[in-house]
Amino acid sequence: MRDDIVSSLLKQISDIEVIPSDGAYNIRKNGEGIERRSTKDVEITTKTDKPGIDIRVAPFAKADSVHIPVVITDSGVKDTVYNDIYIGEGAVVTIVAGCGIHNSGCDASQHDGIHRFFIGKGARLRYIEKHYGEGEGTGERILNPTTVVEMEEDSFCEMESVQIRGVDSTKRDMKANLDKGAKLVITERLMTHGKQFAGSDMEINLNGEGSSAQIISRSVAKDGSSQVFYPRAVGNAPCQAHIQCDSIIMDDAKVRSIPEIAANHYDAQIVHEAAIGRINNDQLIKLQTLGLCESEAEEIIIEGFLK
Amino acid sequence: MLELKNISFRINDDGRETEILNDISYTLEDEKFLIITGPNGGGKSTLAKVIMGIEKPTSGQILLNGKDITNLDITERAKLGVGYAFQNPPRFKGLTVRRLLSLAHGSDLPEDECCAYLTNVGLCSREYLNREVDTSLSGGEVKRIEIATLMARNLDVAIFDEPEAGIDLWSFTMLVESFKVMCKGRHRSVILISHQERIMQLADEILVVANGKIRTQGSREEVFPKLLGEFGDNCGFRGKEA
Repeated sequence: MRDDIVSSLLKQISDIEVIPSDGAYNIRKNGEGIERRSTKDVEITTKTDKPGIDIRVAPFAKADSVHIPVVITDSGVKDTVYNDIYIGEGAVVTIVAGCGIHNSGCDASQHDGIHRFFIGKGARLRYIEKHYGEGEGTGERILNPTTVVEMEEDSFCEMESVQIRGVDSTKRDMKANLDKGAKLVITERLMTHGKQFAGSDMEINLNGEGSSAQIISRSVAKDGSSQVFYPRAVGNAPCQAHIQCDSIIMDDAKVRSIPEIAANHYDAQIVHEAAIGRINNDQLIKLQTLGLCESEAEEIIIEGFLK
Repeated sequence: MLELKNISFRINDDGRETEILNDISYTLEDEKFLIITGPNGGGKSTLAKVIMGIEKPTSGQILLNGKDITNLDITERAKLGVGYAFQNPPRFKGLTVRRLLSLAHGSDLPEDECCAYLTNVGLCSREYLNREVDTSLSGGEVKRIEIATLMARNLDVAIFDEPEAGIDLWSFTMLVESFKVMCKGRHRSVILISHQERIMQLADEILVVANGKIRTQGSREEVFPKLLGEFGDNCGFRGKEA
Protein backbone atom coordinates (compact mmCIF):
# COMPACT_ATOMS: atom_id res chain seq x y z
CA MET A 1 0.00 0.00 0.00
CA ARG A 2 1.08 3.52 -0.57
CA ASP A 3 1.69 6.06 2.12
CA ASP A 4 2.29 9.81 2.17
CA ILE A 5 5.99 9.53 1.30
CA VAL A 6 5.21 7.36 -1.72
CA SER A 7 2.44 9.71 -2.86
CA SER A 8 4.73 12.70 -2.56
CA LEU A 9 7.51 10.95 -4.51
CA LEU A 10 5.04 9.91 -7.20
CA LYS A 11 3.84 13.47 -7.55
CA GLN A 12 7.40 14.72 -7.97
CA ILE A 13 8.38 12.21 -10.62
CA SER A 14 5.25 11.41 -12.54
CA ASP A 15 2.60 13.96 -11.61
CA ILE A 16 0.34 11.17 -10.35
CA GLU A 17 -0.67 10.90 -6.73
CA VAL A 18 -3.53 8.52 -7.22
CA ILE A 19 -3.92 5.61 -9.59
CA PRO A 20 -4.80 7.02 -13.01
CA SER A 21 -8.43 6.21 -13.86
CA ASP A 22 -7.44 4.99 -17.29
CA GLY A 23 -4.24 3.99 -19.06
CA ALA A 24 -1.69 1.35 -18.26
CA TYR A 25 0.71 1.71 -15.36
CA ASN A 26 3.22 -0.13 -13.22
CA ILE A 27 4.46 1.10 -9.86
CA ARG A 28 7.65 -0.37 -8.41
CA LYS A 29 8.55 0.20 -4.76
CA ASN A 30 11.75 -0.88 -2.97
CA GLY A 31 12.60 -3.40 -5.68
CA GLU A 32 9.16 -4.96 -6.19
CA GLY A 33 6.23 -4.27 -8.46
CA ILE A 34 3.31 -3.23 -6.24
CA GLU A 35 0.54 -2.08 -8.57
CA ARG A 36 -0.13 -2.62 -12.27
CA ARG A 37 -2.75 -2.31 -14.95
CA SER A 38 -2.60 -3.41 -18.60
CA THR A 39 -5.05 -2.16 -21.20
CA LYS A 40 -6.34 -3.37 -24.55
CA ASP A 41 -3.46 -1.61 -26.33
CA VAL A 42 -0.72 -1.72 -23.72
CA GLU A 43 0.32 -5.00 -22.17
CA ILE A 44 2.66 -5.00 -19.18
CA THR A 45 4.19 -8.33 -18.11
CA THR A 46 6.81 -9.33 -15.55
CA LYS A 47 10.10 -10.61 -16.89
CA THR A 48 10.83 -14.21 -16.01
CA ASP A 49 14.63 -14.22 -16.30
CA LYS A 50 15.51 -11.03 -14.42
CA PRO A 51 13.85 -8.20 -12.50
CA GLY A 52 11.80 -5.87 -14.65
CA ILE A 53 8.89 -5.66 -17.05
CA ASP A 54 8.08 -5.85 -20.73
CA ILE A 55 5.74 -3.25 -22.14
CA ARG A 56 4.15 -3.96 -25.51
CA VAL A 57 2.17 -1.28 -27.28
CA ALA A 58 -0.01 -2.76 -30.02
CA PRO A 59 0.60 -1.71 -33.63
CA PHE A 60 -1.31 1.39 -34.69
CA ALA A 61 -2.61 1.91 -31.14
CA LYS A 62 -3.31 5.47 -30.06
CA ALA A 63 -2.58 4.83 -26.41
CA ASP A 64 -2.86 7.37 -23.63
CA SER A 65 -0.04 7.91 -21.20
CA VAL A 66 1.64 4.88 -19.67
CA HIS A 67 3.11 5.51 -16.21
CA ILE A 68 5.98 3.37 -14.91
CA PRO A 69 7.36 5.11 -11.80
CA VAL A 70 9.84 3.62 -9.36
CA VAL A 71 10.06 4.71 -5.74
CA ILE A 72 12.54 3.78 -3.05
CA THR A 73 11.67 4.59 0.53
CA ASP A 74 13.87 2.10 2.42
CA SER A 75 17.46 3.02 3.18
CA GLY A 76 20.14 0.73 1.80
CA VAL A 77 18.13 -0.64 -1.15
CA LYS A 78 20.03 -1.42 -4.34
CA ASP A 79 17.51 -2.03 -7.06
CA THR A 80 18.44 -2.95 -10.62
CA VAL A 81 15.61 -3.26 -13.09
CA TYR A 82 15.45 -4.19 -16.76
CA ASN A 83 12.52 -2.78 -18.70
CA ASP A 84 12.01 -3.53 -22.38
CA ILE A 85 9.51 -1.42 -24.23
CA TYR A 86 8.19 -2.45 -27.64
CA ILE A 87 6.23 0.15 -29.59
CA GLY A 88 4.32 -1.49 -32.45
CA GLU A 89 4.33 -0.15 -36.00
CA GLY A 90 2.43 3.13 -36.36
CA ALA A 91 1.53 3.33 -32.65
CA VAL A 92 1.48 6.65 -30.78
CA VAL A 93 2.21 6.63 -27.05
CA THR A 94 3.54 8.71 -24.17
CA ILE A 95 5.46 6.93 -21.43
CA VAL A 96 6.14 8.67 -18.13
CA ALA A 97 8.91 7.02 -16.12
CA GLY A 98 11.02 8.31 -13.31
CA CYS A 99 12.53 7.43 -10.00
CA GLY A 100 12.11 9.04 -6.62
CA ILE A 101 14.24 8.11 -3.65
CA HIS A 102 13.40 9.04 -0.06
CA ASN A 103 16.35 8.08 2.06
CA SER A 104 16.05 8.77 5.76
CA GLY A 105 18.75 6.29 6.78
CA CYS A 106 22.51 6.25 6.60
CA ASP A 107 22.96 3.58 3.91
CA ALA A 108 23.02 4.39 0.22
CA SER A 109 19.86 3.81 -1.80
CA GLN A 110 20.44 3.07 -5.44
CA HIS A 111 18.29 2.46 -8.48
CA ASP A 112 19.82 1.37 -11.79
CA GLY A 113 17.15 1.33 -14.48
CA ILE A 114 18.07 -0.26 -17.78
CA HIS A 115 15.48 0.71 -20.37
CA ARG A 116 15.49 -0.62 -23.91
CA PHE A 117 13.11 0.85 -26.46
CA PHE A 118 12.24 -0.84 -29.75
CA ILE A 119 10.28 1.69 -31.75
CA GLY A 120 8.49 0.20 -34.75
CA LYS A 121 8.16 1.60 -38.24
CA GLY A 122 6.40 4.98 -38.25
CA ALA A 123 5.64 4.79 -34.49
CA ARG A 124 5.79 7.86 -32.29
CA LEU A 125 7.01 7.78 -28.70
CA ARG A 126 7.22 10.54 -26.18
CA TYR A 127 9.22 9.47 -23.14
CA ILE A 128 9.47 11.58 -19.99
CA GLU A 129 11.84 10.62 -17.18
CA LYS A 130 12.17 12.55 -13.93
CA HIS A 131 14.65 11.87 -11.19
CA TYR A 132 14.24 13.16 -7.70
CA GLY A 133 15.74 12.53 -4.29
CA GLU A 134 14.81 13.61 -0.76
CA GLY A 135 15.09 12.49 2.83
CA GLU A 136 16.89 13.65 5.92
CA GLY A 137 19.27 10.67 6.13
CA THR A 138 22.98 10.75 5.39
CA GLY A 139 22.74 7.78 3.00
CA GLU A 140 23.46 8.64 -0.59
CA ARG A 141 20.73 8.68 -3.24
CA ILE A 142 22.12 7.16 -6.40
CA LEU A 143 20.43 6.84 -9.79
CA ASN A 144 22.17 5.28 -12.79
CA PRO A 145 19.85 5.03 -15.79
CA THR A 146 20.85 3.24 -18.96
CA THR A 147 18.75 3.84 -22.05
CA VAL A 148 19.00 2.07 -25.38
CA VAL A 149 16.79 3.19 -28.25
CA GLU A 150 16.38 1.25 -31.48
CA MET A 151 14.43 3.27 -34.01
CA GLU A 152 12.97 1.70 -37.13
CA GLU A 153 12.21 3.48 -40.38
CA ASP A 154 10.37 6.82 -40.08
CA SER A 155 9.81 6.44 -36.35
CA PHE A 156 9.85 9.45 -34.04
CA CYS A 157 11.04 9.64 -30.46
CA GLU A 158 11.06 12.58 -28.12
CA MET A 159 12.82 12.05 -24.78
CA GLU A 160 12.79 14.48 -21.89
CA SER A 161 14.88 13.83 -18.83
CA VAL A 162 14.79 16.00 -15.77
CA GLN A 163 16.85 15.82 -12.61
CA ILE A 164 16.44 18.94 -10.58
CA ARG A 165 17.25 18.07 -7.01
CA GLY A 166 18.24 15.61 -4.39
CA VAL A 167 20.20 13.00 -6.33
CA ASP A 168 23.72 12.61 -4.94
CA SER A 169 25.20 10.70 -7.79
CA THR A 170 23.98 9.89 -11.25
CA LYS A 171 25.62 8.27 -14.23
CA ARG A 172 23.48 8.31 -17.33
CA ASP A 173 24.23 6.13 -20.29
CA MET A 174 22.33 6.47 -23.51
CA LYS A 175 22.70 4.86 -26.88
CA ALA A 176 20.45 5.29 -29.89
CA ASN A 177 20.46 3.73 -33.35
CA LEU A 178 18.41 5.46 -36.01
CA ASP A 179 17.19 3.80 -39.19
CA LYS A 180 16.07 5.51 -42.40
CA GLY A 181 13.99 8.66 -41.80
CA ALA A 182 13.93 8.21 -38.02
CA LYS A 183 13.90 11.34 -35.88
CA LEU A 184 15.15 11.62 -32.31
CA VAL A 185 14.76 14.67 -30.08
CA ILE A 186 16.37 14.61 -26.64
CA THR A 187 16.02 17.32 -24.00
CA GLU A 188 18.05 16.91 -20.86
CA ARG A 189 17.75 19.22 -17.86
CA LEU A 190 19.94 18.82 -14.86
CA MET A 191 20.82 20.68 -11.71
CA THR A 192 23.40 19.59 -9.17
CA HIS A 193 24.22 21.09 -5.79
CA GLY A 194 26.17 20.26 -2.64
CA LYS A 195 28.77 17.60 -3.41
CA GLN A 196 26.67 15.90 -6.09
CA PHE A 197 28.07 14.32 -9.22
CA ALA A 198 26.31 13.86 -12.56
CA GLY A 199 27.76 12.22 -15.62
CA SER A 200 26.08 11.77 -18.97
CA ASP A 201 27.35 9.56 -21.78
CA MET A 202 25.41 9.67 -24.99
CA GLU A 203 25.99 7.98 -28.32
CA ILE A 204 23.68 8.62 -31.24
CA ASN A 205 24.27 6.57 -34.37
CA LEU A 206 22.51 7.91 -37.44
CA ASN A 207 22.55 4.87 -39.66
CA GLY A 208 19.71 5.47 -42.12
CA GLU A 209 19.30 7.95 -44.92
CA GLY A 210 17.34 11.03 -43.84
CA SER A 211 17.62 10.26 -40.14
CA SER A 212 17.97 13.21 -37.80
CA ALA A 213 18.73 13.94 -34.16
CA GLN A 214 18.46 17.00 -32.00
CA ILE A 215 19.94 16.98 -28.52
CA ILE A 216 19.48 19.89 -26.15
CA SER A 217 21.22 19.66 -22.81
CA ARG A 218 20.92 22.38 -20.19
CA SER A 219 22.51 22.13 -16.81
CA VAL A 220 23.23 24.19 -13.72
CA ALA A 221 26.06 23.24 -11.38
CA LYS A 222 25.96 24.84 -7.94
CA ASP A 223 28.05 24.68 -4.76
CA GLY A 224 30.84 22.09 -4.98
CA SER A 225 29.04 19.79 -7.41
CA SER A 226 30.51 18.44 -10.62
CA GLN A 227 29.17 17.42 -14.02
CA VAL A 228 30.69 15.66 -17.00
CA PHE A 229 28.97 15.46 -20.40
CA TYR A 230 30.11 13.25 -23.20
CA PRO A 231 27.69 13.52 -26.13
CA ARG A 232 28.64 11.79 -29.37
CA ALA A 233 26.87 11.85 -32.72
CA VAL A 234 27.98 9.55 -35.50
CA GLY A 235 26.65 10.06 -39.01
CA ASN A 236 26.83 6.89 -41.08
CA ALA A 237 24.44 8.02 -43.82
CA PRO A 238 23.01 11.24 -45.29
CA CYS A 239 21.65 12.64 -42.03
CA GLN A 240 21.43 15.67 -39.80
CA ALA A 241 22.31 16.05 -36.15
CA HIS A 242 22.48 19.03 -33.86
CA ILE A 243 23.81 18.87 -30.31
CA GLN A 244 23.55 21.85 -28.03
CA CYS A 245 25.00 21.78 -24.50
CA ASP A 246 24.61 24.85 -22.28
CA SER A 247 25.77 24.93 -18.70
CA ILE A 248 25.62 27.56 -16.01
CA ILE A 249 28.39 27.23 -13.48
CA MET A 250 28.17 28.72 -9.99
CA ASP A 251 30.16 28.78 -6.75
CA ASP A 252 32.92 26.12 -6.66
CA ALA A 253 31.28 23.75 -9.13
CA LYS A 254 33.05 22.03 -12.00
CA VAL A 255 31.62 21.26 -15.44
CA ARG A 256 33.27 19.35 -18.27
CA SER A 257 31.76 18.98 -21.71
CA ILE A 258 33.54 16.67 -24.13
CA PRO A 259 31.62 16.63 -27.38
CA GLU A 260 32.44 14.31 -30.23
CA ILE A 261 30.97 14.43 -33.71
CA ALA A 262 31.90 11.98 -36.39
CA ALA A 263 30.89 11.75 -40.04
CA ASN A 264 31.32 8.53 -41.97
CA HIS A 265 29.32 9.72 -44.96
CA TYR A 266 29.81 12.58 -47.38
CA ASP A 267 26.27 13.89 -46.76
CA ALA A 268 26.28 13.73 -42.98
CA GLN A 269 25.71 17.16 -41.44
CA ILE A 270 26.52 17.24 -37.76
CA VAL A 271 26.75 20.33 -35.60
CA HIS A 272 27.76 20.68 -32.01
CA GLU A 273 27.51 23.76 -29.84
CA ALA A 274 28.70 23.85 -26.25
CA ALA A 275 28.93 26.67 -23.76
CA ILE A 276 29.78 26.84 -20.08
CA GLY A 277 29.60 30.12 -18.24
CA ARG A 278 28.44 31.94 -15.19
CA ILE A 279 25.08 33.69 -15.08
CA ASN A 280 25.12 36.65 -17.45
CA ASN A 281 25.72 39.82 -15.48
CA ASP A 282 23.34 41.93 -17.58
CA GLN A 283 20.53 39.45 -16.88
CA LEU A 284 21.17 39.79 -13.14
CA ILE A 285 21.27 43.58 -13.32
CA LYS A 286 18.09 43.73 -15.41
CA LEU A 287 16.15 41.71 -12.83
CA GLN A 288 17.66 43.75 -10.01
CA THR A 289 16.40 46.93 -11.70
CA LEU A 290 12.94 45.37 -11.40
CA GLY A 291 13.39 45.19 -7.61
CA LEU A 292 14.61 41.62 -7.18
CA CYS A 293 17.62 40.90 -4.99
CA GLU A 294 20.58 39.02 -6.43
CA SER A 295 19.55 35.58 -5.16
CA GLU A 296 15.95 36.00 -6.38
CA ALA A 297 17.27 37.10 -9.77
CA GLU A 298 19.56 34.04 -9.93
CA GLU A 299 16.66 31.75 -9.10
CA ILE A 300 14.49 33.18 -11.87
CA ILE A 301 17.31 32.95 -14.43
CA ILE A 302 17.99 29.31 -13.49
CA GLU A 303 14.30 28.42 -13.45
CA GLY A 304 13.90 29.77 -16.99
CA PHE A 305 17.12 28.18 -18.20
CA LEU A 306 16.01 24.75 -16.99
CA LYS A 307 12.39 25.10 -18.10
CA MET B 1 12.44 64.87 -7.15
CA LEU B 2 15.86 63.64 -8.21
CA GLU B 3 18.95 65.62 -7.30
CA LEU B 4 22.41 64.97 -8.67
CA LYS B 5 25.12 66.79 -6.74
CA ASN B 6 28.65 67.04 -8.15
CA ILE B 7 28.60 63.56 -9.68
CA SER B 8 31.96 62.38 -11.02
CA PHE B 9 32.83 58.95 -12.35
CA ARG B 10 36.34 57.87 -13.24
CA ILE B 11 37.63 54.55 -14.49
CA ASN B 12 41.11 53.16 -14.31
CA ASP B 13 42.00 51.98 -17.76
CA ASP B 14 45.38 50.18 -17.78
CA GLY B 15 46.78 52.47 -15.14
CA ARG B 16 45.40 55.56 -16.84
CA GLU B 17 42.58 57.44 -15.15
CA THR B 18 39.76 58.39 -17.52
CA GLU B 19 37.05 60.77 -16.47
CA ILE B 20 33.65 59.65 -17.77
CA LEU B 21 31.53 62.08 -15.75
CA ASN B 22 32.89 65.31 -14.40
CA ASP B 23 31.08 67.22 -11.67
CA ILE B 24 27.52 66.88 -12.91
CA SER B 25 24.84 68.64 -10.88
CA TYR B 26 21.21 68.72 -11.88
CA THR B 27 17.79 68.73 -10.24
CA LEU B 28 14.85 67.00 -11.90
CA GLU B 29 11.55 68.19 -10.52
CA ASP B 30 8.53 65.91 -10.35
CA GLU B 31 6.22 65.66 -13.37
CA LYS B 32 9.05 66.64 -15.70
CA PHE B 33 10.06 64.93 -18.93
CA LEU B 34 13.82 65.30 -19.38
CA ILE B 35 15.69 64.46 -22.56
CA ILE B 36 19.42 63.87 -22.28
CA THR B 37 21.22 64.18 -25.58
CA GLY B 38 24.76 64.68 -26.80
CA PRO B 39 27.47 62.95 -28.80
CA ASN B 40 28.27 59.25 -28.53
CA GLY B 41 30.71 58.48 -25.73
CA GLY B 42 29.84 61.73 -23.96
CA GLY B 43 28.67 60.03 -20.74
CA LYS B 44 24.86 59.88 -21.17
CA SER B 45 24.45 56.15 -20.54
CA THR B 46 26.94 56.22 -17.68
CA LEU B 47 24.94 58.99 -16.04
CA ALA B 48 21.77 56.89 -16.38
CA LYS B 49 23.56 53.87 -14.87
CA VAL B 50 24.85 55.99 -12.00
CA ILE B 51 21.27 57.06 -11.22
CA MET B 52 20.07 53.41 -11.33
CA GLY B 53 22.99 52.26 -9.14
CA ILE B 54 24.56 50.05 -11.82
CA GLU B 55 27.68 52.20 -11.59
CA LYS B 56 28.87 53.82 -8.36
CA PRO B 57 30.00 57.43 -8.72
CA THR B 58 33.59 58.17 -7.70
CA SER B 59 32.31 61.24 -5.90
CA GLY B 60 29.09 63.18 -5.52
CA GLN B 61 25.67 62.57 -4.09
CA ILE B 62 22.29 61.42 -5.41
CA LEU B 63 19.06 62.29 -3.62
CA LEU B 64 15.64 60.87 -4.42
CA ASN B 65 12.78 62.78 -2.84
CA GLY B 66 15.26 64.19 -0.34
CA LYS B 67 16.68 60.78 0.65
CA ASP B 68 20.36 60.08 0.00
CA ILE B 69 20.48 57.02 -2.26
CA THR B 70 24.17 57.29 -3.23
CA ASN B 71 25.13 54.15 -1.34
CA LEU B 72 22.01 52.12 -2.08
CA ASP B 73 22.31 49.16 -4.47
CA ILE B 74 20.27 48.58 -7.63
CA THR B 75 17.54 46.56 -5.89
CA GLU B 76 17.05 49.13 -3.15
CA ARG B 77 16.78 51.96 -5.67
CA ALA B 78 14.35 49.91 -7.78
CA LYS B 79 12.16 49.45 -4.71
CA LEU B 80 12.23 53.20 -4.12
CA GLY B 81 10.86 53.76 -7.62
CA VAL B 82 13.82 54.12 -9.98
CA GLY B 83 13.56 52.20 -13.26
CA TYR B 84 15.93 51.78 -16.17
CA ALA B 85 15.32 50.49 -19.69
CA PHE B 86 18.55 49.14 -21.15
CA GLN B 87 19.96 50.37 -24.43
CA ASN B 88 20.86 46.74 -25.22
CA PRO B 89 18.45 44.64 -23.16
CA PRO B 90 19.63 41.17 -22.16
CA ARG B 91 17.74 38.09 -23.35
CA PHE B 92 16.55 35.28 -21.11
CA LYS B 93 16.21 31.62 -22.01
CA GLY B 94 12.92 30.22 -20.79
CA LEU B 95 11.48 33.50 -19.47
CA THR B 96 8.24 34.44 -21.18
CA VAL B 97 7.21 37.99 -22.02
CA ARG B 98 4.26 37.64 -19.64
CA ARG B 99 6.47 36.52 -16.75
CA LEU B 100 8.96 39.34 -17.37
CA LEU B 101 6.15 41.91 -17.36
CA SER B 102 4.73 40.36 -14.18
CA LEU B 103 8.15 40.53 -12.50
CA ALA B 104 8.37 44.19 -13.51
CA HIS B 105 4.88 44.85 -12.17
CA GLY B 106 5.68 43.09 -8.89
CA SER B 107 2.78 40.64 -9.10
CA ASP B 108 1.05 38.43 -11.66
CA LEU B 109 -0.32 40.63 -14.40
CA PRO B 110 -3.69 39.69 -15.89
CA GLU B 111 -3.56 38.87 -19.58
CA ASP B 112 -5.48 41.98 -20.67
CA GLU B 113 -3.10 44.29 -18.79
CA CYS B 114 -0.06 42.57 -20.32
CA CYS B 115 -1.68 42.98 -23.71
CA ALA B 116 -2.30 46.67 -23.13
CA TYR B 117 1.39 47.31 -22.37
CA LEU B 118 2.50 45.35 -25.41
CA THR B 119 0.02 47.11 -27.68
CA ASN B 120 1.40 50.44 -26.42
CA VAL B 121 4.83 49.51 -27.72
CA GLY B 122 3.45 48.31 -31.04
CA LEU B 123 3.50 44.56 -30.51
CA CYS B 124 0.57 42.37 -31.42
CA SER B 125 0.11 41.28 -27.86
CA ARG B 126 -1.44 37.80 -27.89
CA GLU B 127 1.26 36.50 -30.17
CA TYR B 128 3.95 37.61 -27.76
CA LEU B 129 2.62 36.82 -24.28
CA ASN B 130 3.96 33.28 -24.10
CA ARG B 131 7.02 33.79 -26.23
CA GLU B 132 10.38 33.61 -24.54
CA VAL B 133 12.54 36.73 -24.35
CA ASP B 134 15.39 34.86 -26.01
CA THR B 135 17.32 35.00 -29.26
CA SER B 136 14.19 34.06 -31.24
CA LEU B 137 13.08 37.69 -30.89
CA SER B 138 14.54 40.40 -33.09
CA GLY B 139 16.51 43.32 -31.64
CA GLY B 140 13.56 45.66 -32.20
CA GLU B 141 11.14 43.30 -30.48
CA VAL B 142 13.37 42.97 -27.42
CA LYS B 143 13.71 46.76 -27.25
CA ARG B 144 9.95 47.21 -27.26
CA ILE B 145 9.45 44.57 -24.57
CA GLU B 146 12.10 46.39 -22.54
CA ILE B 147 10.10 49.61 -22.80
CA ALA B 148 6.94 47.70 -21.81
CA THR B 149 8.67 46.42 -18.63
CA LEU B 150 9.01 50.02 -17.47
CA MET B 151 5.45 50.84 -18.45
CA ALA B 152 4.29 47.99 -16.22
CA ARG B 153 5.80 49.68 -13.16
CA ASN B 154 4.82 52.68 -11.10
CA LEU B 155 7.99 54.70 -10.93
CA ASP B 156 9.18 57.95 -9.47
CA VAL B 157 11.94 58.18 -12.05
CA ALA B 158 11.79 56.14 -15.28
CA ILE B 159 14.98 56.18 -17.35
CA PHE B 160 14.98 55.07 -20.99
CA ASP B 161 18.33 54.67 -22.72
CA GLU B 162 17.86 55.34 -26.45
CA PRO B 163 14.50 53.55 -26.63
CA GLU B 164 14.12 54.33 -30.33
CA ALA B 165 17.36 52.58 -31.37
CA GLY B 166 16.60 49.51 -33.46
CA ILE B 167 12.92 50.35 -33.86
CA ASP B 168 11.66 50.77 -37.41
CA LEU B 169 10.35 54.07 -38.69
CA TRP B 170 6.75 52.82 -38.94
CA SER B 171 6.64 51.88 -35.27
CA PHE B 172 8.56 54.96 -34.25
CA THR B 173 5.54 57.25 -34.62
CA MET B 174 3.52 54.94 -32.39
CA LEU B 175 6.30 54.86 -29.83
CA VAL B 176 6.42 58.64 -29.72
CA GLU B 177 2.67 58.61 -29.04
CA SER B 178 3.23 56.09 -26.22
CA PHE B 179 5.83 58.30 -24.62
CA LYS B 180 3.42 61.24 -24.84
CA VAL B 181 0.86 59.17 -22.92
CA MET B 182 3.51 58.04 -20.46
CA CYS B 183 4.49 61.63 -19.65
CA LYS B 184 1.01 62.20 -18.35
CA GLY B 185 0.60 58.75 -16.93
CA ARG B 186 2.23 56.38 -14.52
CA HIS B 187 5.65 57.79 -13.88
CA ARG B 188 6.31 60.90 -11.87
CA SER B 189 9.22 61.92 -14.04
CA VAL B 190 10.86 60.51 -17.12
CA ILE B 191 14.47 60.69 -18.25
CA LEU B 192 14.98 59.70 -21.83
CA ILE B 193 18.31 59.50 -23.65
CA SER B 194 17.73 60.22 -27.30
CA HIS B 195 19.08 61.82 -30.44
CA GLN B 196 15.71 61.98 -32.15
CA GLU B 197 14.31 65.39 -32.94
CA ARG B 198 10.72 64.18 -32.66
CA ILE B 199 11.30 62.70 -29.23
CA MET B 200 13.07 65.87 -28.09
CA GLN B 201 9.94 67.80 -28.93
CA LEU B 202 8.19 65.93 -26.10
CA ALA B 203 10.65 67.27 -23.53
CA ASP B 204 10.00 69.75 -20.79
CA GLU B 205 13.72 70.09 -20.30
CA ILE B 206 16.78 69.18 -22.33
CA LEU B 207 20.24 68.37 -20.99
CA VAL B 208 23.18 68.19 -23.40
CA VAL B 209 25.98 66.00 -22.02
CA ALA B 210 29.32 66.00 -23.80
CA ASN B 211 32.79 65.02 -22.60
CA GLY B 212 31.32 63.99 -19.25
CA LYS B 213 29.98 67.46 -18.53
CA ILE B 214 26.71 69.29 -18.89
CA ARG B 215 27.22 71.51 -21.92
CA THR B 216 23.75 73.02 -22.07
CA GLN B 217 20.65 72.74 -19.94
CA GLY B 218 17.29 74.39 -19.95
CA SER B 219 13.70 74.22 -21.15
CA ARG B 220 12.92 72.70 -24.54
CA GLU B 221 12.03 76.15 -25.84
CA GLU B 222 15.46 77.45 -24.90
CA VAL B 223 17.67 74.51 -25.84
CA PHE B 224 15.97 72.85 -28.79
CA PRO B 225 16.43 75.68 -31.36
CA LYS B 226 20.15 75.85 -30.53
CA LEU B 227 20.46 72.07 -31.04
CA LEU B 228 18.78 72.30 -34.43
CA GLY B 229 21.57 74.65 -35.44
CA GLU B 230 24.15 72.11 -34.30
CA PHE B 231 22.41 69.22 -36.06
CA GLY B 232 22.12 71.30 -39.21
CA ASP B 233 25.85 71.75 -39.10
CA ASN B 234 26.04 67.95 -38.97
CA CYS B 235 29.42 68.07 -37.26
CA GLY B 236 28.25 70.46 -34.59
CA PHE B 237 29.03 68.26 -31.62
CA ARG B 238 32.32 67.01 -32.90
CA GLY B 239 33.46 70.46 -34.02
CA LYS B 240 32.95 71.91 -30.58
CA GLU B 241 34.61 69.05 -28.77
CA ALA B 242 37.75 69.15 -30.86
